[in-house]
Amino acid sequence: MRERIGSSKFGQWVSEHSFLRFVVTRFLLIIPTLFILVSVVFFIMRLTGDPITATMGGKLPQTQIDKLIHDAGYDRPIFVQYFEYLGQLFSGDLGKSVKLNMPVTELILTYGTATVELAVLALIVAFAVGIPLGKLAAKYRDKWQDVTVRLFSIFCYAMPVFFLGLLLKLIFTVQLGLLPSSGRVSSNLQSQLSNVDFPTGFYVIDSLQTGDPEVIGDVFAHAILPAVALGLLTAATFIRLIRTNLISTLSTDYIFAARTRGVSEKRILNKHAFKPALIPIITVMGMQIALMLAGAVLTETTFEWKGLGYQLSELLKARDFMAVQGIVIFIAIVVSVANFIVDVLAAYIDPRVRYGK
Amino acid sequence: MSRLGNLPIIKHIRQSVGLQCFMLITGLAIVVLFVLTAIFAPLIAPYGFSQIKDASGVSFGAQKEPSAEHIWGTTVGGLDVFSRVIWGAQTALISILVAVIASSILGILLGLVSGYFGGKVDRVLVVIADAIYSFPSLLLAILLAIMINSTGGNAFAGILAAGISITVVFVPQYFRVIRSEVLRIKSEAFVESAKAIHAPITRILFKHVLRNSTRTLPIVITMNAAEAILTLAALGFLGMGIEPSSASEWGYDLNRAVSDVTSNILWTSIFPGAAIVLVVIGVTLLGEGLNDLSDPRLRIRRKPKAFDGTLPDDGEVKHD
Repeated sequence: MRERIGSSKFGQWVSEHSFLRFVVTRFLLIIPTLFILVSVVFFIMRLTGDPITATMGGKLPQTQIDKLIHDAGYDRPIFVQYFEYLGQLFSGDLGKSVKLNMPVTELILTYGTATVELAVLALIVAFAVGIPLGKLAAKYRDKWQDVTVRLFSIFCYAMPVFFLGLLLKLIFTVQLGLLPSSGRVSSNLQSQLSNVDFPTGFYVIDSLQTGDPEVIGDVFAHAILPAVALGLLTAATFIRLIRTNLISTLSTDYIFAARTRGVSEKRILNKHAFKPALIPIITVMGMQIALMLAGAVLTETTFEWKGLGYQLSELLKARDFMAVQGIVIFIAIVVSVANFIVDVLAAYIDPRVRYGK
Repeated sequence: MSRLGNLPIIKHIRQSVGLQCFMLITGLAIVVLFVLTAIFAPLIAPYGFSQIKDASGVSFGAQKEPSAEHIWGTTVGGLDVFSRVIWGAQTALISILVAVIASSILGILLGLVSGYFGGKVDRVLVVIADAIYSFPSLLLAILLAIMINSTGGNAFAGILAAGISITVVFVPQYFRVIRSEVLRIKSEAFVESAKAIHAPITRILFKHVLRNSTRTLPIVITMNAAEAILTLAALGFLGMGIEPSSASEWGYDLNRAVSDVTSNILWTSIFPGAAIVLVVIGVTLLGEGLNDLSDPRLRIRRKPKAFDGTLPDDGEVKHD
């Protein structure tokens, strides 16, 4: 394969640039991945039943249901429907929400920003908690600090985000009365946010635009609990990864060499050993983004954070399954692209990845 | 590690050998407790999981504080919290068993065949497994739950549906683990020699290859079981899980408890939530312990004897 590409001039150029070749091959891999996910979602939804029976089953007489099924074309051969569906997707049509009476693409544009904002804030929490604790555990390996941190990370992992969310609400809202229990901003300040010059939908950015400390404070107060609830789940993974990687890096020869040169332990931990220990974090980021999107559904539902995840659970309640399917497909696209970016970053940083497989 | 630092550390290492023991033993104890609770739920729980009236036909009443009759209080729907939590263990155990057994059998078989024979089927299966693996498992489970639930069914079908929803998501994990092990093992001499004497292919696959590929399986199974409980609870929390009348499920109970929290009612959420956390912690501790022991970099070895301050003859100080 390599020789064949290498025979043309362009091929020669590409084969000399292993990184570029990696990017191109990895990009092309998105297509089968997406195709598989779309097919899996489609066949799960269709082979086990049709959306109309799932939504209306028991609510309408069977004859009416049959008519609806026929009108929507769900009684045609499954492969005809499948290719029709693929065609729709290809033209950017993710279906329509019956409950909200808008196309899924519009729904995603309206509510997606809230989810992205929550995910970014949660990621900040995850790094802020995960990195120092992971370092601490590796530094004091097998001592009480390490034991405490490890048990904490197991605890974070074992705690369902919605239960953690409920506990945080119970403590900080009901008992202490410090933070608001739900929503993204107090209703009386909502209008100020939409009146800024460049409304982005990201309330943190919009609130900074208003320059009003009351609005900024209110937006951040609303964001703290959801971000912590979602962030701690990811933090648990970061702690474990950083700890394990730091420990194995700390026992390598070059660290030993640094020690013999008299480099301080602090510098060894923070510079020499820490940087290579970060690479595995990047490689799991794709996985973490996927987990976070699933976590966002639960967190948003717990805190009534009106993002895509909250809408998804509302649509589930309303049995609007075509819209659910559209959102799930969209998330599949996000995850595939995120994984692509993560893999490219990893290959850029660590040349070994390019030659793997 | 300096010479001076060596002495007190030994004490810590002793403790941490203890820690790994502690993790394993605690994990095991929690899991055993969980399984026993699930099996003996009918004997332990004072009331049925959907019972809202006592024997004389008097309603329990909604959101009653913990008392002698209802040691953990009652829910907004007038159910006994303690009984719901106990019965919930049964639901969780069945779902875990269904999910773990089904996904491991399917995943192991696929991984074994795919890894051993390779070729186009292998390549296609790998891409499919990777695609599903990268996808948020909860969302896939939601889709499956929608469709399986819409076909209706009895109590057991509900639990089965939750189990199957989780199964599909986990198949790729077993597939990946077993496949990579098989790739490593199939070129070993003992497999070559089995081939040379024309051993039947099923014998080679199951006796020679599979038996030697199960090294990491216990860890995957514990991880899997933990995720199964969390997924089941998440499905229940989103209202896509098991109907409350057909079985007791912790995630559903938490869903109903959301509004209780804002009116400062603790007991309806704390107990089912704590049950989830406890079981997941138990299973995870067990898995962590196994993981540490199987990974030589993380395994803690007990020092043979205390360092007495003198260097060995070769002048080498042992580093951990």
